[in-house]
Formats: sequence, C-alpha cells, structure tokens
Amino acid sequence: MTEERIGVYVCHCGTNIAGTVDVEEVSKWAGEKLKKDGVVVSRDYKFMCSSLGQELIQADIKEKSLNRVVVAACSPHLHEKTFRTACQKADMNPYLCEMVSIREQVSWVHTDKRVATEKAKALISGGVLRVAKDEPLEAIHVPINPATLIVGAGIAGIQAALEIADSGFPVYLVERDSSIGGHMAQFDKTFPTLDCAACILTPKMVDAGDHPNITLLTLSEIEQVDGYVGNFTVTIRKGARYVKEDVCTGCGICIEKCPIKVIDTNFEAGLGYRKAIYRNFPQAIPKYPAIDTEHCTYFLHGKCKACQLFCPTQPNSIDFEQQDEVIRIEVGNIILATGYDLFNSRRIPQYGYGRLANVFTSLEFERMCNAAGPTEGRVFLRDGITQPKTVGIIHCVGSRDKHYNNYCSVICCMQSLKFAHLVKERTGAEVYEFYIDMRTAFKDYDEFYQRVLQEGVNFIRGRVAEATDAARLPGEEGKLIIQAEDTLIGKQRRIPVDMVILSAGLEPRADSEEVAKKFGISCSSNGFFIEKHPKLDPISTLTEGIFIAGACQGPKDIPASVTQGAAAAARVLGRIQSKELALEPIRASVIEERCSGCRICNDLCPFNAITFNEELNVTNINQALCQGCGTCVAACPSGAISGTQFSDEQILAQLDGILSLPINSGKVKTLESVPA
Amino acid sequence: MTDQTNFEPMVVGFTCNWCSYRAADLAGMSRIKYPPNIRLIRLMCSGRLDPTFVLKAFEGGADGVLISGCHPGECHYLEQNYKMLKRFLLLRKMLIQMGIEPDRLKLLWASAAEGARFAEEVTKMVETVRSLGPLNWSKVVDSNGGHATVIPVLAKEEVTA
Amino acid sequence: MKYGYYPGCSLERNAIAYQQSTMAIAKPLGIEFIEVEDWNCCGATEYFAIDALAAYALVGRNLALASQQKLNGDRNQLVAPCSACFLNLYKTDHYMAEDNKLNANVNEALAAGGLHYDPGTVKVRHLLDIIVNDIGYEAIAERVTKPLFNLRVAPYYGCMIVRPASIESFDNPEYPTSLDKLTHSLGAEVVDFPLKAHCCGGHMTQISENTALELIRRLLKNAADYDADMIVTLCPMCQLNLDAYQENVNKHFGTNFHIPVLYFTQLMGLAFGLSANNLGLGKEFINAKPALDKISSEPLKKQRRKKRPPKETLPMPTMPEES
Repeated sequence: MTEERIGVYVCHCGTNIAGTVDVEEVSKWAGEKLKKDGVVVSRDYKFMCSSLGQELIQADIKEKSLNRVVVAACSPHLHEKTFRTACQKADMNPYLCEMVSIREQVSWVHTDKRVATEKAKALISGGVLRVAKDEPLEAIHVPINPATLIVGAGIAGIQAALEIADSGFPVYLVERDSSIGGHMAQFDKTFPTLDCAACILTPKMVDAGDHPNITLLTLSEIEQVDGYVGNFTVTIRKGARYVKEDVCTGCGICIEKCPIKVIDTNFEAGLGYRKAIYRNFPQAIPKYPAIDTEHCTYFLHGKCKACQLFCPTQPNSIDFEQQDEVIRIEVGNIILATGYDLFNSRRIPQYGYGRLANVFTSLEFERMCNAAGPTEGRVFLRDGITQPKTVGIIHCVGSRDKHYNNYCSVICCMQSLKFAHLVKERTGAEVYEFYIDMRTAFKDYDEFYQRVLQEGVNFIRGRVAEATDAARLPGEEGKLIIQAEDTLIGKQRRIPVDMVILSAGLEPRADSEEVAKKFGISCSSNGFFIEKHPKLDPISTLTEGIFIAGACQGPKDIPASVTQGAAAAARVLGRIQSKELALEPIRASVIEERCSGCRICNDLCPFNAITFNEELNVTNINQALCQGCGTCVAACPSGAISGTQFSDEQILAQLDGILSLPINSGKVKTLESVPA
Repeated sequence: MTDQTNFEPMVVGFTCNWCSYRAADLAGMSRIKYPPNIRLIRLMCSGRLDPTFVLKAFEGGADGVLISGCHPGECHYLEQNYKMLKRFLLLRKMLIQMGIEPDRLKLLWASAAEGARFAEEVTKMVETVRSLGPLNWSKVVDSNGGHATVIPVLAKEEVTA
Repeated sequence: MKYGYYPGCSLERNAIAYQQSTMAIAKPLGIEFIEVEDWNCCGATEYFAIDALAAYALVGRNLALASQQKLNGDRNQLVAPCSACFLNLYKTDHYMAEDNKLNANVNEALAAGGLHYDPGTVKVRHLLDIIVNDIGYEAIAERVTKPLFNLRVAPYYGCMIVRPASIESFDNPEYPTSLDKLTHSLGAEVVDFPLKAHCCGGHMTQISENTALELIRRLLKNAADYDADMIVTLCPMCQLNLDAYQENVNKHFGTNFHIPVLYFTQLMGLAFGLSANNLGLGKEFINAKPALDKISSEPLKKQRRKKRPPKETLPMPTMPEES
C-alpha cells in the first residue's frame, strides 16, 4: 500500500465556524502535530465549499499527490457529496475523502472559543486517523425499471400518475377504495376560487382511467414490497368486486334494483345512503359498481341475486364467485400518496358530536353542500328539512391542542371560510366562526377571507369550551349553545345556534405506521411519513426509490398536494431517464475463510440479505439487498463480516483520534444550555 | 477520587446516521448550547454498535459513553435499534462486573426532529458522569494486576431501558 | 380487596348517608376499608388560596399517616369518597413529587410532628374509581337484585374528581362517563346530562349566595329539562348544595324544582337489595321517596314503538365512539 498523503482543510464558513473556533490555529496544529499520521498539508479557507475552496483541494491533490482528504466544515449531510465529487474530479477516489463536522457539532453548540478549538482539533484528529483506514470504493450502479407504482389515487396520486404516464412510462395506480379521486371527489367547492371540485377533478380521473400507460387497480392493497430502488417487486391484493370489469357497461341498473340500502360511512361520510351494490358517485372511475359483501343479502343469506337478474349485459356482469387476485409487479420507483384520515370528533366529547344531532363534521358538511350528495346541495339540519338560521363553525377541532394533535391542520381556516360563504349563499343564515388564529397564507387566500368578512360573517377569536344543548339564558331554549372565550374583548360568550360545524383536523391514516413499515420508511412522532429533508427534499424519503406526495407527508391543501405529486413524478422521471442509479457502496460482506458458520448473524437482517450456504457452511450476504446498517458486522463473533466505509478499523481509528486530546485543558464552562 | 473541581468528563457518543446524528445537526442548526465534553462518532445505524467500541472507549480514557439511535419503531433499517437495545442491556450488566458504574453508559433515542432534546440529554449525561467522577479504567485495572472490581451494590440491579 | 380509607369531615356529619351507604355496599362487593388513624381535615377548597404551605402540610400529614400505617402492606392505596378530600390528597402527592422545594418544606413541617412523607408512596384514589375500575361494571351488574328500572337518573360528577386535566385522571376530564355506565349497570335509565362536570357553586353559598344559587339553578333546570327523576352524585359538597339549597333556589328564582339528590352508593345499595335504613335514605332535604317509588320491577315495555324517522332525516354520525 502506498504511503498516506493526507490533506486537511479547515473551513471558516464565514464567521459561522471562525467565530467560535480558532481555525488558523487548528489548521496550523493539524499541519504540525498530525504530520506523524500522514498529514502533508493543512489549510484553512473562508468558504471551503465555494468553487475556489474546492479548487484549492483539487490543486493540492494534483501538486502534492494527496491520496486522502479531510474537510473540517459543516455536517457531512450537507456537503459530503460536494467534496467527494471535487476529489473525484481531481482523480482521487471519492471515498477517501472524510468530513469532520466542526460547525453543527462545535462552533454552533459551544461558546468558549478555546475549548471549542480543542474539540475541533480532537475531531479532526479522529478524521485523520479514520481517513487513513478508508478504502477506495466504487459506487454501486443499479438499473432502474421504468415502471412506477403509485399508492393512493387521490388528487396527488392522480397528478403524479398522469405526469409519468404522459411522459410515456408505465404506471400502476393502486387505490384501496372502489373508485379513484380520494377526498377531493367528496368536496363540493374548492377554496379560494370556489370552482366545483368535480368539474376540475373528473377530467383528470377520466384521463387516469383511460390512459394507455396507466394500469388502474382499485379495491387493491399492497401486501408486500421486496427488492430495492430500481428493482422493487410488489405484491398487490386486488379485492374481488364481484362485477366483471370486461363485460360491465356501468349502466347502473343493478344499483337501482338492489333492495338493500345502507349508510355510506365512506364516501358520504355517514350522512347518506348507498346500496349493497354501489359506486361512490355516478361519475366514479372506474365506472363498474362493486358489491359490499357485508351487507349484500346474497352473501349474507344466500339468496336475492337481484343485481344478476336485472343485469342487461351478455354475458352477465355479476359474478358472485369472483375471488381476490394476487398480482405481482416489477417497478423501479414507488410514490406513496395515501392521504389522510379525518380527526374523529367524538374524541372531544364536549363538542357533542354524535350526541347532539345538529353537530356536523366538516366532511359531513362537504357532502351536504355537494349537489350529488344526500341533500342535493341544500343546507339542512339533521331532520333533513329545516334550514338553519344561525350556524357556528368551530376551527382547530383536534388540531393545535396538546390533548389531541399539536400541529396545525393547514386547511381548516380556509375550509371554514368556504363553509361560511356557502351557508350564507344557500341559507342566508347568520354565521359565527370560532377561530384561534386565522391562517390564510398563499395565493388569493387572504382576499377570500376579506370577502367573507365583507359578507357579514361574525368572527370570534377564542377556543370553544363546549357546544351544548343545556339552555341557561333566555333565547337559548331549543338551540345549541357554543360557549367560548372571546379573547379580543376578554369576555365569555354564549352564542345560540341551530347548527354547529366542526372543522376537524387531518390525521395520518390509521394504518400509516403499518404502511410505512411495509415500504421501509418511517413516520414522524405525529404519524405522518417522514421526508428526507423538511425543506430541501420534502418528496423523497430516506429509503431510496420511495417518494411521498400529498397529505400523507403532512396536512396539505389541494394545490400543495398537486405540486408535490408533480414534483415526485419529476423526480421519478429523472431516475427513469438516467436508466441507472449510483448508490453509496456501504455494504457488509463476509470474509468466508473467517466465517465459522455459527449463523448468529443469520436472523439479524430485516432485508433478508443474509443467507446461509449449507454446502460450504458459511454465510453469504447479498450485496444488492444489503442496506449497509452494519448490525451483522457488529454481531459477528469471528470478525468475519466487514462493513465497507464503517469497518472496525475505521471506527476504532476515529475513536483513538478523538480521545487523543483531553478535555481537561483548563476550566470549561458548561451548563450553558440556553434555549435557542 | 481525584480532584472533582477540575474534572471535565470525556464522553464519547455513537450516533446513527439517520436520526440521532441529524438530531445533533439540528441542535447545531438551532444553536442550542450543550457542554463540549461530548465527541461524536457517526455509525450508519445504532445496530452497528459493536460493544467492543464502548469498552475500547472506556479503555481509551472516556468517562462516559452515549449510544444514540432512532426511536423504537423509527429505525431507518426497520428494527436494528432493537438489536442494539439488547446489546445495551447486556452491556450494562457486564460493565458492573467490570467495575464500571452502569450510568456511565447511556442510551438515548433521538429523532431527527429532537435537536433540543438531544442537547438536553447530552447535558444531563455530562452532569451524571461528572458526578460519578473520572473513570481511569485502564489505569485502575492495570494497577490491580489486570483485574476489575465488581461493583457489589449494583450487581443485583435490574437494568431497565 | 383492601384499601386504606380517608373519610374526611363531611362523611362524619352532613354526608353521613354517603358514609353509611359506602360501608353498606362494601361488604357485598368484597371491599374492606381500613381507616387512617388520627386523620385530620383536608383543608377543603379554600385553604390553599390562603396559606398554600400550611394547606399542603395539613394534607401531607394525612398522607404521612397513611404511608406510615401501611394500611394495606405495599399496595398502599388510599380511598377518599369526598371529591374535595380526594383532589387535595391527590394533588398534594402529585405536586410534592413534582416540586422538590414544596416537598422539602412540607416535610420540614411534618418533621415537627415526627412525620415524614415520600411522595408517590401512597396512591390516592376516589371511591368511584375503585368501584368502576377495580370491581367493574359487570361484577356490579351481577350483584344487582333489585334493578332500578324506570328511574331516570342524571349522573352528576361535579368539577373536582377528574380535573385538573393536566394530572392523569381515571375518566375524561371534560365529559366523564364512568358514573353514567355505573348507573346504567344498576338498571336505571341514564340521562345524558350535559352539565355533569359543571360546578355546583362550592362554598360560594357562604361567600356570594346569589352566584351559588345561579350555578345550582342551572344544574337543576338542566336535570329537569331532561326529565330526570333524580340527580346522583359522588361529592358531599355537590349533594349539599343541590339538595339543601334547592328551596332557596325556588324562592330566589320563583321556580318549583323537586329533584332529590342521592349518592351513587345509595343507589347501588338499593339495587343490591339492601335496606333503605342502612343506606342513610331519608336524610336528604328533598324527599327521594316519590322518585324511588317510580322504580318498577320489570323494565317498562317501550310504550311507543320507536317511530321510524321521516325518510328525509339524515343519519346520525357513524364515527366510532371514543373507547
């Protein structure tokens, strides 16, 4: 092996580092004291990541024949790629470049300059000893299957599917419900422009349903995901519809003839009815109805078959014998657009939902306003005939409340304003909005708020204590009374109303944890899928090849969901176009001659990368499946598994380095944990 | 015990790449201050933590070791932090037999969003180790003919995570 | 099941009916209460506002005695039937655990009497809590021999047993339901009483009677609006205010309420077939007899068959109940 020639580069990051760490001193120290460890040059520079900084390193690699580089600057999560690429351009193997974080871990979190400088030295020492043990590696190149799986066919999923399909690549669009469209299909009007949701959504649904590049799989759920970026194998269970899609014309006679009427808790949010053979709404895509076996008389009692009897197609479209189908598909990338669940308003018993008839959820009210909904768009009390004269709308139900969800559900303010407008337009009723803060950011939203203000809606700023039917004062008899503190006038107020609408928050899907696990991604503490970076990469996940779009990543309105869907599609298209992908070569491998065949490691891999070769009595690790966590490396009692880029030698060398300088170099000020 | 007033504990921290290292990054980005007594080593996953690393750290002069990984159920590699948890529990029992107070080893679940918590827990850890005093493990063992002294009071302690 | 028992002053005087009925139902339920020896007043509700340390020390003494007497070995659970006593004991233990300074101060005061209390050593519970959670609704229903069919009961919790919400409580702090379920398991018809956790006025009857009367009026009116035959409660203060001040309310507002207010333990005793004398019945101001006479031995056949709602009626919410 050739002798190590290491260059150390200490970044000032303007004053971000230099303000707290004596960078000149550190650089000088490294040049002198670490000479024995192979350091041949050590420099400091204002901005190492700038093109001039990079050129500085590249020039040294060429002129001083460096074969290893340590950059002491920010977190490797920010610029590791930058510096590795720079080294590669100077013909050095990029994996022989190490970063030491002296900004996030030193200058930004400590205040005493002298102690911070010492810590920076120790960390650099660790980096230098480690880089000496680094091995030249090659990125792993994997081919990308051009097909894409999109889970969830709400507006985000549909948008993503159309973007990819329009570019000429195949898409599998998988939806759990019997038809696509998601929550948006349930709405009547969309804020702030008040265009009809159906008018703008149905054309997209039709496109997605007809597209030659889109395979639509409804009533379907993902069972299993195997493989890795570029080459996923996905097992899908396509639920039986009991209607033959290749024969059915979607005429709807079966629905008309079905004698069983049940409350539709799904699409109608419990406010309306559907038949036991049903489709969510007349323009549903796909147009074929589905049989709900839980309520169908035939499935319950073995007779009826009215739908089959009246089906006019030849051959008959109804097939009671249909079974679930298990489909396996190969895809290169996956976009999750699984949406949200509505907060269960019964969790706040003092708002009376479920006890008091005229308390409605936002989704119930959406259905009520929808011309195709249970009241054909008329605003009625629960009796279905009386128009309300006063309506109270409660914001932040289940949101911004430590008892339920801490986060803001984003859409409720605008949605509530829309409701106020619709109530006024359709009934002329007096409307009271109870809000905590009015959040109307984004294009044309605040203008809409101003408009609703002009329309004479009353706004009361304060969290509602309760909605009750316990009348106390004259004028309250027979009404629902909303009690809230009006924080602007500093008074408790009791507003008698006929109808209460709860603007319920958005929650992660009840099974989001399970789904996340299936796809190997994670959920944040509030249950939404975690993105790779909250600002700079809100559509990727930490698992390569899995993207997220729409409300499954966090509460979001329609424009934002569409944007994310399109963005995720663009990212996938980029991947498909490049045909292959370079992956970090962090992998575990077995040194067969050292393996004793003890099989301790065999059960440790959640990716099934470890197999046992009975014949040779040794363990094998599949490089394509290995994700590089290193758990097996740590477990091997014979030291027979080595983990590239995180080998025992590298880690122990780094440990030696960071322990080489004591902390005890004088009085250290501690306990300065001031909140930021 | 040596002079406590000038004692500055050396704590080595092992973090995973995905949650806890990012928690440290976030603490930095939020400019939350914590004692400079901790020096971090990044692993890809807390599951990579070979118990040997911890012993080597103590041998090399560390007074405390922090192991940090993703919260249970949030592991980037699905469940490898549970495997680390098992090692951690065993390791704490072993430390007692080796004459090392188990509180010198701390496990911290930290998500990438918990920068403030990371800083807070590091501060607590440093203070815990400070109150325990210097370890000087290799010297103590060397001076005792290579034998460690079991900590008798703690030997029966039920270790909980 | 054995529990430490802290009766509190009320149960020895005005709420003697609560005491008698509690003791009466303990036996069939297999509960043994061991009273704390030499207990003192809990300070009731106002004393905390006057001298916090003295108030905490007053309560601390009871906790110290309970922990010292090891009323039930290691399972040191202390039951208080009075809501104010329960809350004071519970929050003193809680705040002492939370606040080192308070803990030190209280213990300094206790030391003067040769006592000491480590917060957390006694688990303070309300009578209702142990009855619904340790005994359970099913076990209670099994012991019912004379179900309270046809009696419409408004369950009234008052404001103290499930609050403050920041302290862990055994029921929902805004809309508790344990007493509802308990009453239901006795066979009674339960009124969904909206004001179930509102204030009864407490000691306001002594300080600002008009304020108190208004608070009491609301509760009575609401119970009457819901056609309740009686209000059932679990707190001596609530019982006293609603019962003893009912006539004052009628006088003050020109109303004509006659709603008896009983303790839940009295109803349990009746349902278990115990004699009214042992349950302290008849001690109430508003005679409960007319209401109790409504109890029938058979569940009344639903007179009017449930009329089908008109077809335009929208279905009621289908979101699942919060478990």
